[in-house]
Amino acid sequence: MTTSDLDPAQRRQIISDGLAVAVATGAYGISFGAIAVSSGLGVAQTCALSLLVFTGASQFAFVGVIAAGGAPLVGAASGLLLGVRNTLYGLKLAPLLDWHGVRRAAAAHLVIDESTAMSVTRESTAAARIGFLSTGVGVFVLWNLSTLIGAIAGDSIGDPRDYGLDSAVGGAFLALLWPRLRTTRSRLTAVLAAMLALGLIPVTPAGIPVLAAGVVALGLALRGREVTP
Amino acid sequence: MIWVAIGVCALGCYLLKLAGVSIPPGVLERPLVQRIADLLPIALLAALIAVQVFSSGGSQPGLTVDARVAGLGAAAVALVLRAPFLMVVITAAVTAALIRLA
Repeated sequence: MTTSDLDPAQRRQIISDGLAVAVATGAYGISFGAIAVSSGLGVAQTCALSLLVFTGASQFAFVGVIAAGGAPLVGAASGLLLGVRNTLYGLKLAPLLDWHGVRRAAAAHLVIDESTAMSVTRESTAAARIGFLSTGVGVFVLWNLSTLIGAIAGDSIGDPRDYGLDSAVGGAFLALLWPRLRTTRSRLTAVLAAMLALGLIPVTPAGIPVLAAGVVALGLALRGREVTP
Repeated sequence: MIWVAIGVCALGCYLLKLAGVSIPPGVLERPLVQRIADLLPIALLAALIAVQVFSSGGSQPGLTVDARVAGLGAAAVALVLRAPFLMVVITAAVTAALIRLA
């Protein structure tokens, strides 16, 4: 191990920060589990998403398309588009974490919003690794446990609309979107994408309005190249 | 079919993560790549909100305004008040549930 250049107090602090984030994030796995089951997925399918896809926004997108009656593969496509940001996280993390071979392949599964946030700001490889692992492993364990709890609970409560679970999904997406709306361009993107989606809902199969919104983002990104070189 | 889609989504999402930690870091420096990565999730999340809140669902969906809109509004208020994620989700759900009760 290469943790020798960290004193025990720093080490403890990084681990407890990571675990705190894991507890907060893990808790909303309960809402994911309940929403997924109310969207028509089985408990096993819901748990498989949390175990194997393991990136929250993509999972919510997947079940959102299923809930709206869309084709499952369209749900998968929406989830993949949202997963593109993890590639960018990985690019930032790779030189910092400095893992290779099997370790890097295993660590890749834990590259998510939270584990990135808790490790990219660290000044040494040792500190980054501890931040990444405590957050990544912590979220993985708690996210999957809470997904299972939510899925079992959600399965036995009757009509999910009585509990406003259909409305909870919109709230979840808004909470994921909110911290990203800091610039004018990001707000413009959000408004255009939402308007495009609203226009397409009555005329296209479920899931297509969301994919079309991805095109808006690409268009704005390409256009921005000329404005701000 | 759902299992196939789960498999595609899982494999694809893992490969996207693996590509990130495996590709040489120079690619990240391109501003276009950075902007696409910033804007793509924003556009998708905004569209997902629109669909989730205003689609009537079913095989031939249309637009509709119901308790979900109030739930979204309540979630926005919770976010302005800096509520944590879980509280935002619960606020949206409880608001819609109470309106349906009334």
